[in-house]
This record gives sequence, structure tokens and C-alpha cells, in this order.
Amino acid sequence: MAITDIQGYTHLTAADIETLGKELDSIRRSVETSRGERDARYIRRTIAAQRCLEVAGRAVLFGSRNRWAWLGGTALLSVAKIIENMELGHNVSHGQWDWMNDPEIHSTSWEWDMTGPSAQWRRAHNYSHHTYTNVLGKDEDLGFGILRMTRDEAWRPVHLAQPAANLLLAATFEWGIALHDLGIEKELAGIPDKKLTSPPDLEFARKVSRQVAKDFVLYPALTGPAWKSTLKANATANLVRNLWAYAVIFCGHFPDGAEKFTIEQLDGETQGEWYLRQMLGSANFKAGPVMAFMSGNLCYQIEHHLFPDLPSNRYSEVAVRVRELCDKYDLPYTTGSLGKQYLLAFRTIHKLALPDRFLKRTSDDAPETSSERKFSDISLPERLRVDPETGKRFGLRSALQDAKASLQEKARHEKEVLREAKVALKARARQEKAALREAKRALGERATHEREVLQDKAARRWGRRVAR
Amino acid sequence: MVLNKFREWLEAPAAEVGDRGGKLNVLRGAVARVTTPLLPDDYLHLANPLWSARELRGRIVEVQKETADSATLVIKPGWGFDFKYRPGQYIGIGILIDGRWNWRSYSLTCPPDWTGEGGKRLISIAVKAMPEGKLSSHLVNGVAAGTIVRLAAPQGGFVLPEPPPAKVLFLTAGSGITPVMSMLRTMDRRDGVTDVVHVHSAPTDADVMFGAELRDLHDRHPSFVSHLQLTDSHGLFSLDSLDELYPDWRERETWACGPAGMLDAIEQHWKSAGVADKLHIERFEVERSAVGEGGTVTFGTTGRTLTVDGATSLLEAGESVGVQLPFGCRMGICQTCVVTLSAGHARDLRNGDERQPGDKVQTCISAAAGDCTLDI
Repeated sequence: MAITDIQGYTHLTAADIETLGKELDSIRRSVETSRGERDARYIRRTIAAQRCLEVAGRAVLFGSRNRWAWLGGTALLSVAKIIENMELGHNVSHGQWDWMNDPEIHSTSWEWDMTGPSAQWRRAHNYSHHTYTNVLGKDEDLGFGILRMTRDEAWRPVHLAQPAANLLLAATFEWGIALHDLGIEKELAGIPDKKLTSPPDLEFARKVSRQVAKDFVLYPALTGPAWKSTLKANATANLVRNLWAYAVIFCGHFPDGAEKFTIEQLDGETQGEWYLRQMLGSANFKAGPVMAFMSGNLCYQIEHHLFPDLPSNRYSEVAVRVRELCDKYDLPYTTGSLGKQYLLAFRTIHKLALPDRFLKRTSDDAPETSSERKFSDISLPERLRVDPETGKRFGLRSALQDAKASLQEKARHEKEVLREAKVALKARARQEKAALREAKRALGERATHEREVLQDKAARRWGRRVAR
Repeated sequence: MVLNKFREWLEAPAAEVGDRGGKLNVLRGAVARVTTPLLPDDYLHLANPLWSARELRGRIVEVQKETADSATLVIKPGWGFDFKYRPGQYIGIGILIDGRWNWRSYSLTCPPDWTGEGGKRLISIAVKAMPEGKLSSHLVNGVAAGTIVRLAAPQGGFVLPEPPPAKVLFLTAGSGITPVMSMLRTMDRRDGVTDVVHVHSAPTDADVMFGAELRDLHDRHPSFVSHLQLTDSHGLFSLDSLDELYPDWRERETWACGPAGMLDAIEQHWKSAGVADKLHIERFEVERSAVGEGGTVTFGTTGRTLTVDGATSLLEAGESVGVQLPFGCRMGICQTCVVTLSAGHARDLRNGDERQPGDKVQTCISAAAGDCTLDI
């Protein structure tokens, strides 16, 4: 079971959750009221820089038969595609820049340089994923339909192929997303899967053919004799962008500590609980300014999920305040290096390829999911406590630490018992061995004795005969 | 036939630019296939902001002070602007303040196909600062020459026919003079000033926009009468005095523009005289903020309306009268429900921010702030 009751899981009272929600609202308002020329300049410069990088990359690739030109052009184009995808396409489509009232930088009109149409992605991502973040059965981004990312999902033999499916998804991420979004679009519109001539299908086909024609036909053709190397360069740039986008998304949603929720949690969910679900369901990774920019500021995935429509360039300052709130309410703030976060996700992908009987933990207490039941058989000192002296609150983070300590204690105890049992067994074995040796020796002695008696007897008989 | 089909296919990606692009659209469409999903304009406007036909743009080349609180902005439009508008029409102008584009409509004050110094085709508008109008104050007091603005194509039915009627009466007050100025200048330029009476009201002489020019026109054209009514010293212009001053007013084709109260009175007066068909009226949309909480919501394309309180979201309002509105999360995060507010005001329920006509609003977290109309 994933989390069904966020209040029970977080060790906060309903009033605490409401106050936390209000504090997050006030963070939101302070960013909203301070949006202005500086932010507008940021996005306009980003757009200009991205366009320049792309034009430069395409231009350099005219000489792509030269190895250095190929490398340079491919690098420029890869960076351009990454920025276009992460900082522009993703964030503009979230409505982060709608406040500028600029028709050319608006969520309703932005089209991105990815396989699938923006409009389809917006519905799948902004609506299905961001509203129902990490809710099993509601958020289809949970494993993208092909990966089992929580043991709440029943294992099927196809999951054995997960390691390969993961690699394929990473390399062709834009295609995975495009098909995924088309599926959701058709589902939302009630169009049967098999029908291939519906308006969403046609829109999809149009977009795909334009994208494919551009990168794999028109640009190579334009570069004439260098068409082959340009084609390779374009394919490489798309691959690089796919791998990077995949890594950023996986680090934001699948490391340990990014929790999953059941549909019960949605019942009468308050705004405060919604915020909590976003906070607990996402994970950050540590990044400097350059990496933050290249990830579309999705290294601040927690902040992005709390405030998906606030300008991305403000997430770093929002993060400081969100962390303060986490400290205040004693809530976990999941973060780590990019490498660590990815390895945790990678471990889950490979572990959950196996059937449950090979897995040790239950879904209430697994690294990739836990639930409020995690705390049921662990005796926690006193839930919901505020230390009267220090004012320090006892909440989820402390509970998780306690649970971890308690689990470690339990494990140590079990190990101790095991060791003692082993020692006892060894002693008994030694004893039995000694007894056995003793018995053997006794038996040997008896045999020797009997032999001697027999020999004696025989000798005597021989002696008599000889004497006769 | 085949050629036409091919041309259509070539132009397809630039189809949104429409006829504004003219012959360039074939080229634009062809290039758009390699710049997809963008248009070539998206790159071109980085080099020069006026090189975009995707959106009309202009550069302010001059700001001329008219009175203490009004100014004329001379603008050089970019690619695709249609200079063949009719005198009296207005344009939309979008200007950037604190990172945000703000839109207003202003009457053009220049004659069509107006060429400035150096042979450049220009347009001009006149703006009067409103007491609480952030944008008009900015335009009058703060905007610098060289600023890039966005433009919306000329429109409006308050126009002077070609050729102008033999007998004309203009009734204006305050900045209501601006569309009429365009008509007067057009007549003057074409040397076609017919029998025209222009009654213009302003509080003092210093508040009269284009005062010197009106006097000059009066002097140069015997058929043109400029009647200035300075209301601070002489009171409001009495419509009853028309019989005495210009007894043929019923025969005149009349254009009136000014404050709502004045226009209401004129409308009534013409109606009771039985000559309502000779009257043309332009009501300026007054730059103002939201008037209240709740109001009558109109859904433009379906024509359905209902009255709601200030706490009901526009989405709920629409659904309760059976209008199919797009929706998603219903909590303001997914931007699925965004619809254009074509008239009136709305308020963001989360933070109280006001939304103005032309803004795109998230219907799930916005409520009516006074009467409003949604473009759906």
C-alpha cells in the first residue's frame, strides 16, 4: 500500500497542514507580486540564446564532413535542443510566463521542438500528471506505462524486460512521451485506441512528419554532400537531448523518498494536503547555476510541483523558503547529487523487474514507496509532539529517522540473536563432536581389546596344537 | 490547378500570418518547413523586432506633447501593417510595462497612407492620460522614442465615407476629438473639406488637443467651422443651441465621440428629432479597473448569459448554463481552461489580481468582477 492518508503519514495535525498550505500560498504570492522586468528579460534572453545556438549549430553542420565541425555542430545543436525542451518548451507550456501577456511566449500557443504536439503534451503533463502527481492509477507518468516503479503494481512477466525497456525509453524519450501523450489525449476524448484517423491522430501525424522531415530529410539535404554526416549529427543531438531529459525526469520522480499515493488520498483532499503530496512525491537534485539552467530548473522538482506555473528562474529562491518550511514542520526534503538520485531510480527499475517473492521489503516499507503503515508496528516515542523547550517539532522527518533507527535496532537485535544461536549451535556441535570422538575412541579401544582377546585365544589354541 | 495546390501547400505553415504576408508567404511557408515548429519570423524578429509578420509590431519614432496630459505618438509599423485603413478607425496597441504587455485601443489621428519625413510610412495616435490609467499615463509621460510596441490591425465602423458627405457635423469632447482629427486631416489632405461644423468641448484652452491645427484649418477652409466650447468658463455645450447656431444640423451627417453622458444626450436628442439614422457614435472604452464582485457573465459564441456572485468561478458559471468550457485540474495549475476575456473584468480568486479585456484568464480560478464576456 502506498500512502492513503497523508495526515497519518506526515505526523502533522489537520491544522498544521492547513497552516503549512497558507505559508506556501504566501510564498507563491510573494513571487507573483514581484514578477517583473527582470524575469521578462530572463526568458527573452533565454529564447534569443537558444535561437542563436540552434542557428549556429545548423550552420556549422554545413561543414560536418570535417570531424571538428561535426563535433562542434552536434554539441551546439544538442545544447540548443536541451534548452528548447527543458527551459522553454516545458516551462512556457506550464504557463510560467503567461503573466507577461505576450502572445508569443504563452502556454496556449507555444509549440516545441519535440516529436509530439505541445497541446497533447500539455493535457497529459499539466493536467494528468501535475494534478494527480504520483497517485497510482491516476498519474500515468508513474513508470510511463512500461516500467514497474512501485511494488504496489502487480508483477507481470513482461517486467523482466525492464532493464532493456529502460534503455530504450531513455534513448527514444521524445517518442515515448509523444505516444504516451497521444494515448492519454485519446483516452480523455473517449476515442478508441485502434482508431487512427481521429483529430488527435492527425494532429500527431502532422507534427511527427514535420519534425522528422526537418531533422532527417530537409537539413541533411540542404547541406548537400555533407548530408550523411549532418543526418548523423541531427540524430545524435536528438539522442543527447532524449537522454538528458530522461535523466532529469527520472531524478525528479523516482529516487527513494519520492513517495506514491493511493486514490483514497484524493478523497476530499485539501489544498494543504495537495501541497504535501507534491512535496513528498517529488525529489530534487543538487545543481549549480549551469546545470540548473540546463535542466530547465527541474533540479528544483519539489518547488516545480508545488508551483508549476511560477517562473522557473525563481525556483532557486523559492527552494530556500521551502526548505525552511520543511525544517519547521519536520518534513523530509528529498535531494542528492544527480548521480546518486539516478542510481536510486536505476536500482528500483532493476529490482522491481523481479517478482515480489525475490524482494525483501513490503510496499509499506520499501525504499521506493512507503505508507503510514510503515510506522504501525514501530513504537515511536510520542507522535505529534512539539518540544516545549526547543520548540522543535516531531514530525515525519524525525519519524522516518526513528523508523530507520528502530529498523536498524531491530536488525541489529536479530543479528545478535542469530549470532548467539550460531555460537550455541557451534558449541553444541563441538560438544557432540567431542562426544562422538570419545565414543569412537571407546569403540576403537573396545575393538582393539576384543581383537587382542581374540588373538590371545587364537594364540593359545595354536600353542596347544603346537604343543600337541 | 496543380500549381495552385502546390502553392497552397507551400504556404500552409505560414497560413496563420494570412494575407498580411502577401507574396512573401510562399517563401515564408517554404522556410518554415526547416524552421518548424517556429516560423522564420521568430528568428527574424531577433535581428529586427519589426521583421515579424506573425505579429504586427511598430516602433515609436516620436512623442509630441499635445497638452499637459496628452501626447501624440508617431509609430513606424513593421511588416504586414495595412495602411489602407479608413479615417476614424482605431488600432490596438500593446506596450511593455514591468515585463508585462498591456493592451489598449486608440484612434488613429493620421490620414491613411500618411508619409512622414524621409518618405517613411507612419501612423499616429493621440493619448490622453487618465487619472487612474496606468498605461495612458505611461504613454503620455514615460514612453521613449525607439520603444517597440505591438499593434492590432485597424478596425471600427466609426468612419468617414469616401467621398465625404456634403454637410457634416462633428461633436466631440476631450480625447473624443482623436478619430475626428483623422477625418479632418484626411479631408484636408485630399482637399475635400466639405461644409463641416466641428463643435469641440474642453475645460480650458490649454486642454484643447490640436488647438492650433483646428484654428489653422478654420482659417484655410471657408467651409470649415471650428467651434470651441471651453466648459470651465462657458459651461457645457447645449444641444438646444444647435437650432440657433447651426439650424441645418438635422441635414448634416453627424459623428459624435466623447464621454458616455454626452453621447447618451446626443443620441436622445437625435432620436427625438427623428434623424437618428444620420448619427454615428463612437463610445470609447474607458480605461478603468474592475467595478465590483460578481456580475453578468456572457459567453460570446453561444450568447448565453447568467448572473453570478463574486465567489463563483467562471468555469462553474459556464457549466451551470451548459456551455462547453475546457477544463482540467480545477485548481489553477494546469492552464487547460484558459479563455480570452473579451470584455469587462475578472478577478483571480487566489490572489485578487484583476484581469482586463484581452487578457487570457484561467476560468477555474477566476470570477466575474462586474459584467464580463468570455470569448467562447
